[in-house]
Amino acid sequence: MSHHLVELADLSYAYPDGTEALRAVSFRITHGESVALVGANGAGKSTLLMHLNGVLLPQSGAVRIGEVPVTRATLPEIRRSVGMVFQDADDQLFMPTVYEDVAFGPLNLGLPPAEVERRVSDALARVGAEGLRARPPHHLSGGEKRNVAIATVLAMRPDVLVMDEPGTSLDPLARKRLISLLNSFEHTKIIATHDLDLVLDVCQRTIVMHEGTITADGPTLEVFRDEALLARSHLEKPLRMQACPICQRPGL
Amino acid sequence: MADLSATLFDLGRLDRLADGDTPVHRLDPRAKLLATLLFLVCVVSFDRYAVAGLLPFLLFPVTIIALAELPAGYLLKKMLLVAPLAVLVGIANPWFDPAPLLRIGPLTLSGGWVSYVSILLRFALTVTAALALIATTGFHGVCVALRRIGVPAPMTVQLLLAYRYLFVLVSEGVRMVRARSLRSFHRRGEGLAAYGSLIGHLLLRTVERAQRIHRAMLARGFSGELHSVTPLRFRRQDTIFLLGWSAAFLFFRLVNVPQWLGRLVAPG
Repeated sequence: MSHHLVELADLSYAYPDGTEALRAVSFRITHGESVALVGANGAGKSTLLMHLNGVLLPQSGAVRIGEVPVTRATLPEIRRSVGMVFQDADDQLFMPTVYEDVAFGPLNLGLPPAEVERRVSDALARVGAEGLRARPPHHLSGGEKRNVAIATVLAMRPDVLVMDEPGTSLDPLARKRLISLLNSFEHTKIIATHDLDLVLDVCQRTIVMHEGTITADGPTLEVFRDEALLARSHLEKPLRMQACPICQRPGL
Repeated sequence: MADLSATLFDLGRLDRLADGDTPVHRLDPRAKLLATLLFLVCVVSFDRYAVAGLLPFLLFPVTIIALAELPAGYLLKKMLLVAPLAVLVGIANPWFDPAPLLRIGPLTLSGGWVSYVSILLRFALTVTAALALIATTGFHGVCVALRRIGVPAPMTVQLLLAYRYLFVLVSEGVRMVRARSLRSFHRRGEGLAAYGSLIGHLLLRTVERAQRIHRAMLARGFSGELHSVTPLRFRRQDTIFLLGWSAAFLFFRLVNVPQWLGRLVAPG
């Protein structure tokens, strides 16, 4: 039995104002896969992500993490196995010091102090932020905040990592480091983003969403070569796949 | 608004002072908190004409600032920042209470002036003591201590989160005001109506952010209590600190030390 499975079956969700954010969405992500979720603003990506750790519960259809369906009763288990990195690190870092922020999840799991300490050290080392332990999060740079936000999730030892726009507001170097960090994780990864170049580097599979439905689901390169599909979904070929603007040599 | 963000930056500095490593910093937060609370109670419980009796209390903030190697000038500036409040509170006293109370040579002071001086002195004492507490313990340390001495978790959690997001809220507000002023020419668009909508938006954003933070907390198993990882240990030096200062405060409160010294020097 693997906890690393993520399965959506005919998931639909409408907001109280009647907006249909998700219409019968189904997919199955298996152990260790790294999957990008792309689509225009308002395509339903964020709503979908919120279903993965039970912030929203299915109105119809089902979400399954491993063998466990997401319901009110299974929330603690789901939230331990699905780690979510939020778009704005400021929303995620609320404790007075980096150390305590990373320890927040493990402490809530009721782990003994020695284990908490070990997890915090491991997680901070993993993202290269050992030196920030004692710092208050609001005085960190954008890249440091992002790394610490990822560490807060890693400390929970999740099976599945879910990230909402992990690359935004990072400088190019920080973005590059993030990409190699993401590639070093063996977790099942689901990444919602507009940064298709990042997708090329990190995700073998891409799911395209448009107006609450899935319009494509396949190997990343294949999906990105379908220009008509990308245009319909308000997307654009990653820069690396476009012809060189100076010499016109075709891209990837 | 730019001033506001500068002030806030300064607040961050106050917090960073708490990273210092002196004997005062190393004391248990509870010892410092309780000593400071007793100090406050003693200072505010004097009668309204007390001036001389308050003076010995200066010893506490001065000692702490010296031992903890805090920048006195910076703390003084912080204190002056809130001073207008105290200045305004007692400003009318000299008019309401013109009865002569004190004669120093040819100078006669009315009761109102004496009580005004007393208010200012108390203000200076209480604010410096509070600043010294935060600068040696950190806001977080104070909250942990509050929780440990029995303040309910919802209150300390609120306090901690309010402090954490003060920085985010102000920088958001500063950005909005800047964006507005870039589009308002000749003072147009700076009226009350624009302010109303601006503050309304700030409120909406704050509510949304609060929801996102709550989600982030739930995602990591939050159940109403913030667990602390810093183990607190009340050691001998903490007991000595707390008992020593408590005894001093009670002594200063019950015996008018300057008067007593005066009598000692010039009996009769």
